[in-house]
Amino acid sequence: MIEIKNLTKSFGSNLIWKDVSFRIEDGETLAVIGKSGCGKSVLLKHLNGLLYPDSGDVIIDGQCVFDLNYSELRLMRQRFGILFQGGALFDSINTFENIAFPLRYFTKKTEAEIKKEVDEALEMVNLKEAGSKATSELSGGMRKRVGLARAIILKPDYLLYDEPTSGLDPQTSDEINELIVSMADSFDLTSIVITHDMHSVLSIAEKVAFLDSQKLSWFGTIDEMKKSEHPPLVEFTTASEYKIKA
Amino acid sequence: MEALKQLGQYTLLLYQALRSVTEFSTYRENLFSEFVKIGYQSIPIIMLVGIFTGAVLTLQTAYQLDTDLYPAYIVGSIVAQSVIIELAAVISGLVLAGKVGARISTELGTMRVSEQIDALESMGFNSVAFLVLPRIFAGILMFPVLYIIASTLGIIGGVIAGAVDGILPAAEFMKGGRAFFFPEDVVFGILKSFVFGFVITSISCFKGYFAYGGAEGVGNATTQATVLSCIYILLSDFVLAAILL
Repeated sequence: MIEIKNLTKSFGSNLIWKDVSFRIEDGETLAVIGKSGCGKSVLLKHLNGLLYPDSGDVIIDGQCVFDLNYSELRLMRQRFGILFQGGALFDSINTFENIAFPLRYFTKKTEAEIKKEVDEALEMVNLKEAGSKATSELSGGMRKRVGLARAIILKPDYLLYDEPTSGLDPQTSDEINELIVSMADSFDLTSIVITHDMHSVLSIAEKVAFLDSQKLSWFGTIDEMKKSEHPPLVEFTTASEYKIKA
Repeated sequence: MEALKQLGQYTLLLYQALRSVTEFSTYRENLFSEFVKIGYQSIPIIMLVGIFTGAVLTLQTAYQLDTDLYPAYIVGSIVAQSVIIELAAVISGLVLAGKVGARISTELGTMRVSEQIDALESMGFNSVAFLVLPRIFAGILMFPVLYIIASTLGIIGGVIAGAVDGILPAAEFMKGGRAFFFPEDVVFGILKSFVFGFVITSISCFKGYFAYGGAEGVGNATTQATVLSCIYILLSDFVLAAILL
């Protein structure tokens, strides 16, 4: 379980958000939504201690992330997989090696075991033939799928997605959404998805956290969101619908 | 205030690198690849720098001492000592600040802005041990080797230029070189190159590791790394000369 308690963050004099608190139960998929620049990705990077807040706590299974020393933090981070916005693939090595990278450094698996696991991961993200490709040869959607394969290779407890469908065409976005659901089901993962794509939210999430006006403006289930009359949330969730109609 | 903040960040980065020395398995592979990139792949440019520095210095020294007051072999003494004590280390350092420093800051800067460093950290990796430490180690260990190549070729360049231009025969040049050769000058040159290796790689790693702001940010980081490396090479050269000579 992840518990966020009174988290406040600013960069210099620029307040990002204040007193953000919510809880994610094991096995749930939470979508964190909000306008661009509202600090969604900043929030994500607090969950595994990539960023530290001005005040507040992130508690993972009873343990405060910000109280851990660097060695403990590194161990805790291994419980997380992250899919970064652009994939964050290492461009000095090919696709196969990118996925094998965590296995080589954090496990004592043989070369044959590594190959088997990487091939399975590639198959799971529908990129069976892409192992030998350089990362520069991959399209945006393929980079995200490879990033996803690398994120799950150590079988984490928590999977964090930073804008998984941004910059992708609707069809590829749907494929990524299906993958997110299938990952959560296959590995019994707790997932947190940062997005402003409402179609994606409706496809994958069970709960929604809405960041607006430098605070957690709204939190609830998908059904509650659909019925909500909270004005900023209604304005945000219906914006994409208007665009399509227009 | 900004300068103090940067100094603090730089010190913390070095402290974290120092604390990670024991994690050899994390940086072993990158260390050997950096030996090749910083050392082996810099040999051609260092050979050119060495040969032409020695050759030009010989021609200029002979021009300035074009009198019967000094024996001809004194040209060899001046060139050999200048190359060993100063020029091989400093000119190589300035050239490598561009070649090695710019590469390191661009590589790390690009990794930072494309979230590759965040990806390493989020896997539970010690990114400083993986990226920074092997580059600094390789710089410290490879720069003295490059200095020895540059100073040897500097003297050879001087010998060739002196002989080809008819200033003095090779034997006279070498006689002059031997007359004022002190082994401690070589030690001083090696020490300098050791310091320059540290200065260039640590500053470039620092600037690249903390780069921000996309392509423009990486460009700024690379420019700053190169300029600062050159400034600190000259400063440390002066300090070392004042202390040790």
